[in-house]
Amino acid sequence: MTQRGAAPDGRPPEIPPAAPMRTASLEQPSRRVHSVSGDGSDPLLRVNNIEVVYDHVILVLKGVSLEVPQGGIVALLGANGAGKSTTLKSISNLLRAERGDVTKGTIEFAGTRIEKMDPSRVVKSGVVQVMEGRRCFEHLTVEEDLLTGAHTRRDGRRAIKQDLERVYEYFPRLVARRSVKTGYISGGEQQMVAIGRALMVRPKLMLLDEPSMGLAPQLVQEIFGIITRMNREENVSILLAEQNVAQALKVAQYAYVLENGRIVLDGDAQTIQGNADIREFYLGLTEIGKKSYREVKYYRRRKRWLA
Amino acid sequence: MIYRESGQFASSYAKDMRMFPLLQDRWAFGALLVFAFVVIPLIANDYWLSSILTLFLIYSLSAIGLNILTGFCGQLSLGHAAFMAVGAYASYNFAVRLHTPVLVNFLLAGFVAAAVGLLFGLPSLRIKGFYLAVATLAAQFTIEWVLVSFNWFAGGSMLGAIDTPPMNIMGWDVSSNLDKYLLTLSVVVVLAIVAKNLGRSEVGRSWRAIRDLDVAAEIMGIRLFPYKLLAFMVSSFYAGVAGALYAFCYLGSLEVTAFELAVSFRLLGMIIIGGLGTILGSFLGAGFIVLLPILISQAIVFLHISGASDFLANAELMIFGGLIILFLIVEPYGLARLWQTIKEKLRLWPFPY
Repeated sequence: MTQRGAAPDGRPPEIPPAAPMRTASLEQPSRRVHSVSGDGSDPLLRVNNIEVVYDHVILVLKGVSLEVPQGGIVALLGANGAGKSTTLKSISNLLRAERGDVTKGTIEFAGTRIEKMDPSRVVKSGVVQVMEGRRCFEHLTVEEDLLTGAHTRRDGRRAIKQDLERVYEYFPRLVARRSVKTGYISGGEQQMVAIGRALMVRPKLMLLDEPSMGLAPQLVQEIFGIITRMNREENVSILLAEQNVAQALKVAQYAYVLENGRIVLDGDAQTIQGNADIREFYLGLTEIGKKSYREVKYYRRRKRWLA
Repeated sequence: MIYRESGQFASSYAKDMRMFPLLQDRWAFGALLVFAFVVIPLIANDYWLSSILTLFLIYSLSAIGLNILTGFCGQLSLGHAAFMAVGAYASYNFAVRLHTPVLVNFLLAGFVAAAVGLLFGLPSLRIKGFYLAVATLAAQFTIEWVLVSFNWFAGGSMLGAIDTPPMNIMGWDVSSNLDKYLLTLSVVVVLAIVAKNLGRSEVGRSWRAIRDLDVAAEIMGIRLFPYKLLAFMVSSFYAGVAGALYAFCYLGSLEVTAFELAVSFRLLGMIIIGGLGTILGSFLGAGFIVLLPILISQAIVFLHISGASDFLANAELMIFGGLIILFLIVEPYGLARLWQTIKEKLRLWPFPY
């Protein structure tokens, strides 16, 4: 659901049915936001019960609440079209460009409300998004592309230069490519440029939208390794939207599961990983031997996720 | 609640594929036709028929043509008025030299324009976007120059001035403004329905695929070149027929300047304001561009706003320009999209979404 262009001369786009009342509750239905940070301190980002409507009529997010603690990595999991990208875009305020709007709820970053803020000011305040599918400036060289990340910074050329070296340290592959046009480097390298460019902002919070998309498994591991390192060494908090549940749960401390525009499950990474439904529906693991018993209940359990 | 499809089931393929799947739409369309064919002739005076409604219909037809090329197939064109000129002069020549029947005449005018459009569509395989727009600009200048320079096209008169002969369709003497309005309306309705269905057909789908992502379209086996050329031809055909109607039903006598570059821009403005890739948008856009200035000037007269006449004339233009900007800010995808949103709202009413 990245692009909602003009719906030319066709039938109206399909509208999701009006939200039915949810009565059935999950095993761990912690719908209410509780402090993830554990120590009771205020979280860096607090998304409180937001509702997002596209095109004035299409309801996409139906009350999503989540928190990212200071210095934490939080994963946002869910199937295609669950609303992961929309959640990230509502935080970075990119929805307006796609004719979306946060109609209810609040988004607080470091204590300030940002849901009505201009996207460029959101970046200045320290939230940066790495968009799905890389989106590099393909006619700029790798170095120029990285330097665009420093656009909002006012702390002098030397600091920027230092950070550039820091990015090259994280992504040594880019050093050899620094004067090559971004359009000509490989997909994995482009993803590195996109993350590196975000790092150049010196963000407090990075929103990563499917960094593993279209990358070889080995490269995915490398990128996720770098993400953890960045989180540790640069003290960047990370909100990670991912399809690759196994990888995401390896690096994240806490995870939310989105289905049909709602958070259906949240908990710390181990709990989520151990959850039977997650194991079956997202990780593709089933316990052999219980198969027949499972099949009876399968439909009912699956249905609960998709209500 | 008002505009809902509930209870309407398509029980055969024919029903499933009809042009307006919703009963409400069919009623609205029928009502619109009755209004245009019956009510307007009863209520409209000669001035409205001759200089506003006929012009509106002709521009709508031409805008449909440009919408097929630019809106459906994504090929930007700045030479659309020139193809109208081709149609106008072709129909004149057929009528004067060969004395072909009027309707055949319009058809032939369309085909000649299509052939010329094909010629100027040839660069489209290599050139895209803004660059193609500049290439089509060449069509505008070349055709204007040819029609002015070679007075054979205008039957020997200087500067390409032509006078259309009287029309007679199987005993129906098309001479009054009402007759001309009805003839124009009939042609426009038929061609609009054809365009609507063309847009829903395999050809239309291929065009839209080319518009959205030409590489992906090619990879699915759509041959770009024939389909782009077809879009140029169909688009020019519509322009040609519109040009012929312009000459025969609207002006009667005209010069090449009636189809100058500014007209191409007006047409482009119509489809952008109306909505790219929709037939409805062509009508709405033409209505906006043709009718709104008249409404504004009428409003100025009606409100007895006094002032220097040159101030009033400029105020009219300023209000018009302001409204264009306003509408594009409110709805960047054009008036047709606004209508789409209204329909969705009505569908879910009284719930907001």
